[in-house]
Amino acid sequence: MEITEVGYLRWIPLLPLVGAAVNGVAGAVIQRRLGKRAISVLAVTPVLLAFALSVQTFLDLRALAPEQRFLLDRVMPWLHVGTLVADIAFWVDPLACVMLLVVTGVGGLIHVYSTGYMHEDASYWRFFAFLNLFTFAMLTLVLGDSLLLMFVGWEGVGLCSYALIGFWWREHVNTTAGNKAFIVNRIGDFGFLLGILLLFWSTDAAGHGSVVFRELQEHASVLAGQTLWGVPVVVLVTLLLFVGATGKSAQIPLYVWLPDAMQGPTPVSALIHAATMVTAGVYMIARLHFLYALAPATLAVVAGIGAATALLAATIGLVQNDIKRVLAYSTVSQLGYMFVAMGVGAWSAGIFHLMTHAFFKACLFLGAGSVIHGLGGEQDMRRMGGLRTRMPVTFWTFLVATLAIAGAPLTAGFFSKDEILWKAFSSPHGSALLWLVGVAVAGLTACYMFRQLFLTFFGESRADHEVLHHAHESPPSMAVPLVLLAAGSLLAGFVGLPQALGGANRFEAWLAPVFAHGHAAVAHAASHGPHEVELELTLMAVAIGVAITGFLVAFVLYQRRSVPVAALADVLGGIPYRVLLNKYYVDELYQAVFVRGTLLLSRLGAWIDATIIDGVVDGSARLTALAARLNRLFDDYVVDALVNFCANRTYDVGLRLRRVQTGGINAYLYVIVGTVAFVLIARLM
Amino acid sequence: MDLVLTWMTFVPLAGAAVILCLPSRAQALIKTTALLFTFPPLLMAVWLFQDFDRTSTAFQYVTRVPWIPSYNILYFVGVDGISIAMVLLTALLCPLCILASWGIDRGVKGYFALFLLLDTGMTGVFVALDFFLFYIFWEVMLLPMYFLIGVWGGPRREYAAIKFFLYTLAGSVLMLIAMLVLYFASTPHTFDMVELMRQSGSYGTSPVLWGLSMQHLLWLALFIGFAIKIPAFPFHTWLPDAHVEAPTAISVILAGILLKMGTYGLLRVNYGMLPVATADYAYWLLGALGTWNIVYGALCAMAQKDLKKLVAYSSISHMGYVMLGMAAFTTQGINGAVLQMFNHGTITAMLFLLVGVIYDRAHHRDIEGFGGLAGIMPVYTGVTALAFFAAMGLPGLSAFISEVLVLLGAWQPYPRLTVVAASAVILTAGYMLWTMQRMYLGQPNERYLGLPDISARELVTLVPLGAIVIVLGVYPHAVLDLINASLVNLNGLVAAGAQGALAQR
Amino acid sequence: MEGIGLTHFLVVGLVVFALGLYTVLTRRNAIGILMGIELILNAANINYVAFGRYAGVAADGQVFAIFVIMLAAAEAVIGLAVVLGIYQNFESIDVEATDALRY
Repeated sequence: MEITEVGYLRWIPLLPLVGAAVNGVAGAVIQRRLGKRAISVLAVTPVLLAFALSVQTFLDLRALAPEQRFLLDRVMPWLHVGTLVADIAFWVDPLACVMLLVVTGVGGLIHVYSTGYMHEDASYWRFFAFLNLFTFAMLTLVLGDSLLLMFVGWEGVGLCSYALIGFWWREHVNTTAGNKAFIVNRIGDFGFLLGILLLFWSTDAAGHGSVVFRELQEHASVLAGQTLWGVPVVVLVTLLLFVGATGKSAQIPLYVWLPDAMQGPTPVSALIHAATMVTAGVYMIARLHFLYALAPATLAVVAGIGAATALLAATIGLVQNDIKRVLAYSTVSQLGYMFVAMGVGAWSAGIFHLMTHAFFKACLFLGAGSVIHGLGGEQDMRRMGGLRTRMPVTFWTFLVATLAIAGAPLTAGFFSKDEILWKAFSSPHGSALLWLVGVAVAGLTACYMFRQLFLTFFGESRADHEVLHHAHESPPSMAVPLVLLAAGSLLAGFVGLPQALGGANRFEAWLAPVFAHGHAAVAHAASHGPHEVELELTLMAVAIGVAITGFLVAFVLYQRRSVPVAALADVLGGIPYRVLLNKYYVDELYQAVFVRGTLLLSRLGAWIDATIIDGVVDGSARLTALAARLNRLFDDYVVDALVNFCANRTYDVGLRLRRVQTGGINAYLYVIVGTVAFVLIARLM
Repeated sequence: MDLVLTWMTFVPLAGAAVILCLPSRAQALIKTTALLFTFPPLLMAVWLFQDFDRTSTAFQYVTRVPWIPSYNILYFVGVDGISIAMVLLTALLCPLCILASWGIDRGVKGYFALFLLLDTGMTGVFVALDFFLFYIFWEVMLLPMYFLIGVWGGPRREYAAIKFFLYTLAGSVLMLIAMLVLYFASTPHTFDMVELMRQSGSYGTSPVLWGLSMQHLLWLALFIGFAIKIPAFPFHTWLPDAHVEAPTAISVILAGILLKMGTYGLLRVNYGMLPVATADYAYWLLGALGTWNIVYGALCAMAQKDLKKLVAYSSISHMGYVMLGMAAFTTQGINGAVLQMFNHGTITAMLFLLVGVIYDRAHHRDIEGFGGLAGIMPVYTGVTALAFFAAMGLPGLSAFISEVLVLLGAWQPYPRLTVVAASAVILTAGYMLWTMQRMYLGQPNERYLGLPDISARELVTLVPLGAIVIVLGVYPHAVLDLINASLVNLNGLVAAGAQGALAQR
Repeated sequence: MEGIGLTHFLVVGLVVFALGLYTVLTRRNAIGILMGIELILNAANINYVAFGRYAGVAADGQVFAIFVIMLAAAEAVIGLAVVLGIYQNFESIDVEATDALRY
């Protein structure tokens, strides 16, 4: 492939990094001396500049022929060990360009929003330092030209997510949520890492060992036929990488961190947990589509998990009372859609939804933030209501975004969601079941989103009197991004206008060269004959119908109050309601099995160490001391005894012998005479 | 400059002698003198770094003169890729530790004299190329450590010091036996390590005792001696006690440098001189045992209530990566292993210095006894966060590179072990973040509201290490280039030796 | 009667010796013991003279006898000096009383 080398790509991630470094090291001082405005400038400018550069990138790419749309910026060599070669290099193709615009564009708007939202916070500088750092990491993830560099960004966003979720670190709940996010992500990263290792060595076995994307794409075919432990390597690699995606993009079974992540400030939820970080998994699959195209088994798993997650999250979102929680589960659910798209080989459809979702989800979150900000911190929807008139800008943008997410015709969300549904049905990897689940989720989405809208903005206010008194619309720094995002939610869809409706689907065309490789493997029904179009339109209509049904259910229950919700809750409620409210008790399950289990194991390990192993060591010391004592006993009572015995016996003999000394001369004379006589007689014999 | 290694080794010893002549009461003078005497090795280390020939696999800066001719003992020193990183690490850490010891106020003369003696011993071990000389320096390290822990340590210092001393000495005895066997097995009898490596083909590989050949028996004897130092399970229990009771700077030296001697010895002696046995034992005694170290160390760390003990167990866990990397015999694996030795030296040094900061202020290390330190000592918390995330292997910092290289290198020969070893990233993140949360986040503990933040002196000890951690994450080749050539060569030697034996069988 | 031969003298000598031996061994009086010693010495003298007269050169025997008498006198002097010393220390010349060196 022909690659154009440029020198400016590096600044797209580096500018935010500089901002993060300056704010991180000197932020406290700057804020004290020059005020928060200085921090705002220091933080927002790099992102806006990065956006400008992203636009430049887009223009540069457009100027090239479609098959040659690659820009590469080699910064420096990084890791060259054995056959492993990974450099710090950033590259852009149409796919990365889309991500760039989303991250810097939506990210920039959220940065601006945050200057208003976080204005009262004393750690203003720290917030922006991490927000900038996050932007840097996310851009590294997108622009990195190798899996290893992507992994740096991958974990980097995890770090920033941890730091920002736990931003108000004095509250235990927040830091626990941060920990949960990082650790659950790490589980995903564990799989991701193993996937990288396997991929490298498998390609290396054929002489083309690499972790660089363009090289992997070129030599992907060498993986055919390789197996490990009886499973095709391609399937293993893609599955392992997908495990990473489930962690980062909050799919089953690693989605549990995302709802808890709502403890962080709302702009964080908007940026990280809606628009960008959580989409990293989707992006990764798109980036490695050529591998996934070779592993139909994994694609089935991806689609299945995506669909299951979408359904699960939608059902949970139906009954949540915290305004942000609803949106969190909604995010998980929408991400499920994206993975369904990836799982059926509809790569560009998934990315399309990623883009539109960034717009309307960010708008929804920022809107929720606006509500929370306006109500002085209230997040429970049961204590909201009637804000339609008090916060008009927030209301209208929220409405637009809700329409978009529900898939109202002509909104951005409609086009992207519809494309996914169509591809889910019609793709060779898709099935009617997938489509059915997708449609059901669409209905549920409409239902819970409008429930949220009605509860928050309509009806009589249930808020505390004081709170209501102070309820106010947000300042321009917050309102303008809302408007812009709402506009995007409306208009962004038209770039993907499907051919069935007479459009050219410029979006798909833009991404086509990237996925040409994959499309060849995934035989796609490119033709749009009359039957196809008819079918597509029919399915479209069904989806719209289901969405309207969902809207109506919400309308009846929450707006018109025709059926008292409380009564319904009693009838349908009880166990099903509690199960949903408690998120199917998955968190509790994980806590009991994994968290407690690990802690138990760790205590077991420490016990083994202290009691058994150290017991052996100390025991050997005690044994040696015992041996020493035995030795001393032996010395005292055996060896010394012998010595004393000899001495005593000698004494006894002496005691007896000395009786000879009578002192009397007569005896001595007798002895003398006797001896002489004895000797004489003896001699005479 | 050919005598650079001799100077680096013995200047601290001269410093010790000078300190012994100073009056005991001149504490500041003694400390300054000690610091000054660690600067020449540091400067020489910097010079070595830029002068070292990175393409050569031979020993550089060699000094080889007869010492005790009747036994063919030489004064033979030199460095190659395997030892240069360790020499640089030692030269870097010693001045920092002297600075960290500035708070010692009793027995100052003895402390710093012993420390400088220790410095000599450590540098000597890494540069010695005569086995006898190596052994002497090895023993020279033991005695100062015993006193430094046993006199200036915590409440259970005598127990910890004796445990450390006897345990390590037991290992040294096995090493001594092996050394003598090698001496007598060589022709002509020599302690010259280079020569012994050259004659590695001659060490018997036919069964001699208990079904093991002489080479295998030697390998095992040496392995036990080195494994105690790494420390490898189950010979590791001296480490938590020694670390907890030792004063801060000694813990830093212990974890930063002494632990590396075990793996260094394995590379220099076992790998270099006993290739067949190395190839035979690598999977179980280095790979599997290393993986077990990683996971077991992480699990035990999680259960600790004493911060220093937690860091000690995390050390055990990190050294497991070194063992695993060594066992893989791939370029990435062994490079990762030695890089991990260097990285762990800097990261764990930071961790212990940070523990020292809080212990100096609060006089306890109970994790549950703190809380919200971020609000009381923000700069300290920031540095701690850097160290914690480095220990977790966060990409962008140095440990990521070495861990990835180890895991990558180990995957090819031992995929299953690698899967188990990689799972530890989850555990490590778990206990590190949990500790962060309990100690530094949350509501500030009223007892410690008045604690002063990190001082300039403490920062000076931490900043160089932190800088290295960050720089090596982006530019790992600063160290990798130093070590690569010799390590690839070493792998080749083991492979060739093992092949040769296979051919013989 | 035959002439008085050597045998007669030897027998007399023997008798005197035996009496002297008996005296030495059984007397408790220190001076008595000394007397006994004199008897023994003189018995030896009788033997000397007899053998000198009957079995050899008479002068030899008589010379020896004079030697013995002289020695006996000297020894008697010393012996009596010892007895005097004993009497001064022990208040008695009973040899049973001088048992200070008894065990």
